[in-house]
Amino acid sequence: MFSLKSFLLASCATALMSSAAWAADPIKIGVIAEAQAVAGSSIAPAAQLAAEEINAKGGVDGRKIEIVVYDNHSSSAESVRAFQRAVSEDKVNAVIASYISEVVLALEPWAGRLKTLMVTPGAASDVITQNIAKNYDQLKYTFHGYLTSTSLAGLVCDAAKDLLVEPYKMKTAVIMSEDAAWTTPLDAGYEKCLPEIGLKVVDHIRMSPDTTDFTPIFNKIEGLKPDVMITGISHVGTQPTVQWKSQQVPIPMFGISSQATNSTFWKDTNGAVEGVFYNAVSGPGVAVTPKTLPFVEAFQKKFGNFPSYAGYTSYDDVYMIADAIHRAGGTDPDKMVEAMEATDYVGTIGRIAFKPKGDPNPHALRTGKGYITGLMLQWQSGKQVNVWPKELAAGTITWPSFIKLKAASN
Amino acid sequence: MLFWQILIDGFAISALYALGATGFTLIFGVSGVLNLSHGAIMVGAAVAAWAAASEFGVGPYTGALIGILAGFILAFATYFIAVRPIQRSKAIAESEKEIFILTATLLWGIITQEAIAYLFTNNAKTVLPIVEGVTTVFGVRTPRNEYFTAVICWVAIGLLWFLVNRTRRGKSVMAASMNPRGVTLLGIELSSIYLTVWAIYGLLAGVAGILLGMFLGVSSYSVGPLTASAFSIVVLGGLGSVSGSLIAAYVVGYLETGTAYLISPAYRTIPALLLLVVVMYLRPQGLFGRR
Repeated sequence: MFSLKSFLLASCATALMSSAAWAADPIKIGVIAEAQAVAGSSIAPAAQLAAEEINAKGGVDGRKIEIVVYDNHSSSAESVRAFQRAVSEDKVNAVIASYISEVVLALEPWAGRLKTLMVTPGAASDVITQNIAKNYDQLKYTFHGYLTSTSLAGLVCDAAKDLLVEPYKMKTAVIMSEDAAWTTPLDAGYEKCLPEIGLKVVDHIRMSPDTTDFTPIFNKIEGLKPDVMITGISHVGTQPTVQWKSQQVPIPMFGISSQATNSTFWKDTNGAVEGVFYNAVSGPGVAVTPKTLPFVEAFQKKFGNFPSYAGYTSYDDVYMIADAIHRAGGTDPDKMVEAMEATDYVGTIGRIAFKPKGDPNPHALRTGKGYITGLMLQWQSGKQVNVWPKELAAGTITWPSFIKLKAASN
Repeated sequence: MLFWQILIDGFAISALYALGATGFTLIFGVSGVLNLSHGAIMVGAAVAAWAAASEFGVGPYTGALIGILAGFILAFATYFIAVRPIQRSKAIAESEKEIFILTATLLWGIITQEAIAYLFTNNAKTVLPIVEGVTTVFGVRTPRNEYFTAVICWVAIGLLWFLVNRTRRGKSVMAASMNPRGVTLLGIELSSIYLTVWAIYGLLAGVAGILLGMFLGVSSYSVGPLTASAFSIVVLGGLGSVSGSLIAAYVVGYLETGTAYLISPAYRTIPALLLLVVVMYLRPQGLFGRR
C-alpha cells in the first residue's frame, strides 16, 4: 500500500518537474501488467524507475521517456483491449507486457497487426517464440525478455545436479506442476533433463490452478517416496507451501515457485516457505551484475518493498528499448525490431542477447555461460539466500526439521 | 490408512462447510435474503486476521479476534448498504425485491472482493494457526489445527442451537423464520430480529473465514467459489433448513474428499455438483426442505 502511494506521488512529482525541459516528442512505453498479483505488481514501478533514471540523464537523444500504465486484472481480454488503446489512442512506441504466458500469447498477434514492439518481462511459455519462428514477418515485433520454460527446466536440472544429486545422493523425483500454458514445455523439459542428471521421475502430477486443498496431492506424492518434489508453480504458491509445512510433508520442494521470488512471500505464508528452493534470475543481495544491487536498493528506497522477478526484467526492458531506439535513430517499428535483435546489454539479470531469426526460438534470451545463468535460492529464516551457483552463493543449504533425507551423506 | 485419511480430512472440511453454510441458510430462513456476498465476507474476515498478524505483528489470538470483528462489520455493512435500503424502498415493487437484493448483494460482494485485491493483492494469504504441529492418529499424520477447526466449528454450531432453542431472543428468531407476521402480532419488532440474525451471521461467517484461512488459505479469487459452495450446500440441504444444511455439508465434504483421494484432486468438485443437479430434478425443495 505504501509502495503504491509513493509510486503515484513519485510519478506525479516527475511529471511536474520535467514538464518544461523537453523539446522533442516523448517516447511512450505502455506497461500492461497485473497490478494486483505479486509477480506482476513490480512490473510497472520498475519500468517507471528505469524511465526516471534515463530521463534524469537527458532521456534518449533529448526525448523523454513516458511510461503509460494499464492494469489488466490478470485477464487476456482486458490486456488485448489495453494494447489496442495503448497503440491507437495513447500512441505508445513500445509495450512491456505481463508475466502470464496466456496473456502474452493473446497479445502476440496484436503486436504483429499493430506493428508495435512488445517485450514480456515475465511470461515463460516456449510457444511465444515458436510462433515467431513459424511466422517471422508477422510476429517479429514480440521479444521474450524472460527465460523460456525449456531454459528454466534446464537451469533447475543444473542446480539439482550440484545441490541434490551429488551431495545428497538423491535418486528419485516427482514433478508437481500447475496446469497452465507455461508448464507444458517446462514439464517436457523436466521429463527430459531430470533422468540425465540421475533423478528418476517416479510420477508427474499436474494440478488445477484452482486447487485449494493440497492434502490428497501431498499424500499421493508421499506414498511414492521420492527424494524430492520438483515444482512448477506460479499461479498457486501460498497454499501448497503452507500446507506442505502444516502437514509436515517430509520431502523437499525444489524448482520454480514464482510467488516465492517476491520478498512478501514470507508474510503471505507466515514463514511456511522456510526451506523452499526456487529458481530465479536474480535475488536480494546477489550481485549477478554490477547493476543488480543498485537497482534493488533504488527500488526498495522508492517503493518500500523488493521487486519480484519480473521487476528486474521490466527495468532492464526499458533500458533495452531506449538503447534500441537510440541505435535505430527513432521509433520506426521495423528499425526498432532490427535494433532490438542486435541487443547486447548487461542488465540486472546478466548479459542479455536475443536468439536470431532462424533459431527454433527466435527472440528468446540466450542462456548459459557468458549470458544468463540463473540462480537457485532458498528461503532461510525470513531471507532469500542464494545457494547456487557456487561463485554467487551467499550461504549453504539448510533443511526444515520435518524434512527426512533418505541417503544423506552429510 | 486411506479410509482413515478420508474420514479425518473429510470431517474437518465438512465441519468448515457446515459452519459457513449455517449462517447463509439462517439469513435466508429468517429474512428471505440470499446473500451472495457471503464469500466476500468470509475472505474479508480471513484477510483482516492475516493482515493484523503479519502486518502489525499481533499474535494469532488477537489476529483471530480482529478477523471476527471484520466479519461482523462486513455483515452489518452488507445489511445496511445492500439489503435494508431495498427492503424499505417504496420505489421497488414488493415482488421484485428478492431479485433486487440478490443483485445488490452480488455487486456488494464484487466490490468487497476488488477492494481486497487492490489493498492486499490477489495472492493467497494464510492466517496464523492457533494450534501448531501434527498428530498421528490411525497412522494418519494430520495438522493439529485441522482437529481444532472441526472442534471450533461444532462448538459454534452447538452454541447456535442453544441460542435458537433455549433463549428468548433465539426463539423469537426461530418464530420469525416460521411466521414473520405472527411474530409482529406478538409485539416483537421484525427489524430488531433482522439485526440479531445479521449479527449471528457475521460471527459465523467471520469464524468460518478465519478457520478456512488457517486450514487452506484464502485469496480474493476464493470469493466466488466460497459463495457457490455455500449456495449449493444450502440448496442441497433445503433452503432455510439449518439441519438440512449440516447434513448436506457432510455429504458434499465427504463426496469431495473421497473424489480427491480415490479418483483425482482435479475432479474434486464435480460429483457434488452432479448430485446437486440430480436433487434439483428429483426433489427441487432439497433433501430436507420445507417448501
